[in-house]
Amino acid sequence: MKTGDLKTRIKRRIFQVAATLGFNLDFLSLMKGNISQAKTKGLCLPALNCYSCPAAIGACPLGALQNSLNSLRYNLGAGQKKLGLYVVGSLGLMGTIGGRLPCGWLCPFGLLQELVYRIPLPKIQVPAFLTYLRYIILVFLVLLLPLLVVDASGLGWPWFCKWVCPAGTLEAGVVLAALNPAIRGQLGFLFAWKLSLLILFLVWMAISSRPFCRTVCPLGTILGFFNRVSAFRMRVDLERCIVCDACQKVCPVNIRIYKDPDSSQCVRCLKCEQVCPTVCISHGFRLSEKEAEQITGA
Amino acid sequence: MEKRKFLFFVFLFLSVALIVLGLLGGEFRVVWQKAVTVCLECIGIG
Repeated sequence: MKTGDLKTRIKRRIFQVAATLGFNLDFLSLMKGNISQAKTKGLCLPALNCYSCPAAIGACPLGALQNSLNSLRYNLGAGQKKLGLYVVGSLGLMGTIGGRLPCGWLCPFGLLQELVYRIPLPKIQVPAFLTYLRYIILVFLVLLLPLLVVDASGLGWPWFCKWVCPAGTLEAGVVLAALNPAIRGQLGFLFAWKLSLLILFLVWMAISSRPFCRTVCPLGTILGFFNRVSAFRMRVDLERCIVCDACQKVCPVNIRIYKDPDSSQCVRCLKCEQVCPTVCISHGFRLSEKEAEQITGA
Repeated sequence: MEKRKFLFFVFLFLSVALIVLGLLGGEFRVVWQKAVTVCLECIGIG
């Protein structure tokens, strides 16, 4: 392995650990078993990091988005113009700058998946058809159901958080249940369901690479739409590419980057760049083709 | 201007505009209020 490759691997791991700790800095709340009241919790973090994790100092953009949608009718009925513009804009800004870069470099749940995948067990691929499930989950559980299914007062529920999100179960549910007896006493069927899903994902993570990112994560799906326009981009010099598929072999989401450097599945981990024998893959914050060419000096 | 560059600036402008409009409408506080309250759905209670 080249020194530069090792540096990139270490640098990315440092980013992931630092982001996980940085997004969950309120250790005092963690020790008390309450959730943080930090003033920064109005900021949408560029990662799937549950804001009910006791130590979280920022908001999960997915939770915030669902809550904006599930209270939209109530707010409009009450004459309040709280339309969720700030949350949508925050998601747009994250995507426009980096696309899915935060998935590969900042997301605590991404880090967890990578660490669990290191367990020496036989590995299997995620079936390709399951990668389309994330669109269904985004449309129904994150957008439509929170917006359309409401109670008599006009308020709905964050369906994805409630029925699926294993990050919430792990960071908030398990932690708070362990630390807070009052919460522990209220756990029932829903917690059992969510815990089962979390365990299922943990097992899947051990045998498949980033299964949650590839089949479920609505945040990654939203950011993935921006891979085609984001300032951060991957580039492949096709004149130098020998189609050896070394890139696909190390890719955590099993894509051939030379076919589509802007693939909505690419989490910008740069592993492909490190193994490319002809050094034809590159990355950078470049907008125009001319600038992109300067990345490789092509 | 290339298509990608054009779209980047369009999305960047829209995103910043939405954030500013949201902030002016007091949405930062709405997000904060939700984030500092225990989310029963996230935990798996209700």
